[in-house]
Amino acid sequence: MRDFIFKRIAAIIIPFICIYGFYVILHGASAAGGSFAGGIILGLAAIVFSTIYGLKKGKKKFPEKVLFCIESYGTLFYGIIGMIGIINGAPFLANKLAGIDLGIPGTLTSGGLIGLLGLGVGIRVANTLLILFFTMEGADS
Amino acid sequence: MKIKNILVLLIVLLTTFGILLAVAELPPYGMDDNPIHNQVSERYINESLDDTGTLNMVTGIVFDYRAYDTMFETIVLFTATLAVVVTLKPFKKEEVDE
Repeated sequence: MRDFIFKRIAAIIIPFICIYGFYVILHGASAAGGSFAGGIILGLAAIVFSTIYGLKKGKKKFPEKVLFCIESYGTLFYGIIGMIGIINGAPFLANKLAGIDLGIPGTLTSGGLIGLLGLGVGIRVANTLLILFFTMEGADS
Repeated sequence: MKIKNILVLLIVLLTTFGILLAVAELPPYGMDDNPIHNQVSERYINESLDDTGTLNMVTGIVFDYRAYDTMFETIVLFTATLAVVVTLKPFKKEEVDE
């Protein structure tokens, strides 16, 4: 899969796939989609990159240490965001009760904490997909 | 061996009979007075825009009403990855030998 045509087409398409993935994640509060679907799109962009440009280049771009770090501490990020509710005197992971401005429905920043949580979960899903791909691809070599 | 097979068949048939009995008790699909149409879904439909500020009701439920559920769903992702990595990833010692 180290063909010239493949590489050039991938170089054109992959940035747009990434933009689309972030678009789906960030618009989870106002449109169809959401962080799980957007995370899958992001992870697939990385998988396409490391399939076409070779596993070595892919592992150089996404180092395994960073991947495992995100995988291990991702839930901690979620918990820290949930602590905002406790600091403001409301239950854990509270959104409206904690007095956070929910914004105008339909805009990018609507939903208070939902955007942050969605971004975290989306990156987490992409990360999981990438770790599974690297592990399974490197298992038989 | 044959008696065992007959026993297994009996157990499977009995289980199927029990499940079918339970299915026969289910209310008809799509009726107005089904137990699933309770105050929970009504509340979600009527007030999720005020409560969460999202137009997408699914996102509102997943990240606001059921944020705990989503938090532990990420732990499920972590556990699945852990199982795959432990099973398939070669040990460090073998990597040094290569």
